[in-house]
Amino acid sequence: MPEPLLQVRDLRVSFPGANAEHGLLRAVDGVSFDLAAGEVLGVVGESGSGKSVTLLSVLGLLGHSGAVVEGSVRFKGRELLGLSPRELQRVRGGDIAMVFQDPMTALTPVYSIGWQIVEQLRAHTDLSRAAAKARAIELLAAVGLPNPAAQFDRYPHQLSGGMRQRAVIAMALSCNPAVLVADEPTTALDVSVQAQILELIHRLRSDFGSAVVLITHDLGVVAGLADRVLVMYAGRVVERGSARALFEAAQHPYTWGLLGSIPPLAGPRPRRLPSIAGAPPALDALPAGCAFAPRCAVADARCATRPALPAQGAHAAACVLAPEQRAAARERCLQGGVTA
Amino acid sequence: MIRPLVARLAQMLFVMAGISVITFAIFFATPGSDPSARIAGRNATPETLAAVRLSFGLDQPLPVQYGLLMQRLFITQDLTSFMNRGEKVVPQIVAATPVTLSLVAGAALLWVAGAGLFGVLAALRPGRALDRGLMLLGLVGVSMPVYWLGAVVNLVTQSRFHDSWLFSWVPPLGYIAFADDPWGWFKVLVLPSFTLAVFYIGLYSRVLRSALIEANQQDYIRTARAKGLSERRVLLAHALRTSLVSVVTLFGLDFGALVGGGALLTEVVFGLPGIGKLTYDALQALDLPVIMATVMYASFFVVAANALVDMLYAFIDPRVRDA
Repeated sequence: MPEPLLQVRDLRVSFPGANAEHGLLRAVDGVSFDLAAGEVLGVVGESGSGKSVTLLSVLGLLGHSGAVVEGSVRFKGRELLGLSPRELQRVRGGDIAMVFQDPMTALTPVYSIGWQIVEQLRAHTDLSRAAAKARAIELLAAVGLPNPAAQFDRYPHQLSGGMRQRAVIAMALSCNPAVLVADEPTTALDVSVQAQILELIHRLRSDFGSAVVLITHDLGVVAGLADRVLVMYAGRVVERGSARALFEAAQHPYTWGLLGSIPPLAGPRPRRLPSIAGAPPALDALPAGCAFAPRCAVADARCATRPALPAQGAHAAACVLAPEQRAAARERCLQGGVTA
Repeated sequence: MIRPLVARLAQMLFVMAGISVITFAIFFATPGSDPSARIAGRNATPETLAAVRLSFGLDQPLPVQYGLLMQRLFITQDLTSFMNRGEKVVPQIVAATPVTLSLVAGAALLWVAGAGLFGVLAALRPGRALDRGLMLLGLVGVSMPVYWLGAVVNLVTQSRFHDSWLFSWVPPLGYIAFADDPWGWFKVLVLPSFTLAVFYIGLYSRVLRSALIEANQQDYIRTARAKGLSERRVLLAHALRTSLVSVVTLFGLDFGALVGGGALLTEVVFGLPGIGKLTYDALQALDLPVIMATVMYASFFVVAANALVDMLYAFIDPRVRDA
């Protein structure tokens, strides 16, 4: 197997707690994954599961002076954690670019979108002003904005949400990044625009050859776009696998819960959708063992020790259930959810 | 682009007209008092009172009095004081304006530069020693009364240490016109401008700091970092540029109020014959025509400065341009 483009090993991110006695709160705990060139990796989890923090910490973008990031993040074999700010700047936006959730607030309101794209181009290349402008207009055309030359001079508030997100994506792709991290890129958009943006990301991946990390809580988005999926819960990866394997034979009770809460397209309409009982644990009150055990319908004594995610294997889950127990356990989980 | 500007100017004129009516009403239509007696001053002879009545048309209906006053203020500009016999009011104000403008413009330059520097430095690392130190200094600046600071500056530079190498350049109190001696004009204004600016440096660096820290929480700052921009560029081109909007509002108000006579204390302490000093002297002598004219001038300046700031918005905030 060739060396992965991005290799994250045992990433741990801690924040100082609200009160000092708690010490550090661990928001991301031992996350490891690989990203191959041109691949789309979906990272799925509820709000607060650490999926955004994981990717933000890769680029040192936590913006929290007290955050402690440990572990290893290698991009093309080069360690990113502990790089000097200047070196990190070159990686950000150049090698690894990000698209954020809310296009309404992600662009500086006082500059035109063209200006902002040119700014990024000129930060990473030595294009002349005119060449950068021409390239920016090309990019705006590539993301499907009509009349790109006119859009160049428009300000963020003059564009709709979908158009802004296209502009943000154009900016992110401006320096041909090897990795595009999209943090819930469609959450703030309405459904018809969501589909367009996802289609755009899918198309651009082949045009620009970037690998994509797609952070989302929407399994539908993952099903349509991702090659492989990480499922995160309470700062840990609970399941890893190809998108196909995950949807066909999920192994972790949490993933079952997530999948079970999607309304079925075929068959009789359920009276109530199963939901996962309870709420994710607070970071300062994580159970000692499996973090999901308190909400798990099939938890038993073995869950008091924290199950590890097997390091090997394309499809693996951090759960003590043996393969032959899974089918029955899955039934029980989804039943339990209905009455909850 | 042109239409909103014209609309804003028309609005400004409307407000000014309203202010002139209110000012007139306060001075001439207050029930139970005879404006002629107040204009003429204490111990006025019956001849003087009669002259005042005739001069201000006080035996005619109020609208005529108002019209007459406006005519004498803005058209013939021959409103005269009865305290200093024959002294014309409008030329006095015209002569005092450049003094105040020089003082306030110098102070504004100092406070914008000082507050910009301190605010940015403090916002770089909120909560750290530099931030705390600068904000404490700002608090000290805000809490020092300007007349006290001015008096201390005078004491040090004019008297105690005037003969030292440090302050021997300080000219005596008073004003030198730019046209007469540019270098003298500069020297005479350095210390008064600085004294006036201290309060505003303290205030503005605190305002700018919080605006910057707030801007730093914004999503677009994270985007700017994710683009691979340097911290300096993120701070100056994105955070500072968007913080400008709130600071400019404040600046317009303060600048207008200061030019309108708000620098009174500084002008009095440093003996600068500006609008504030004119108002101060008129108040001491109860010279009503001058007081009225300076009040009107002051309010006009505040209104004009605000209109200017509103128009400036169109340039610094594209969102306003389309509104």
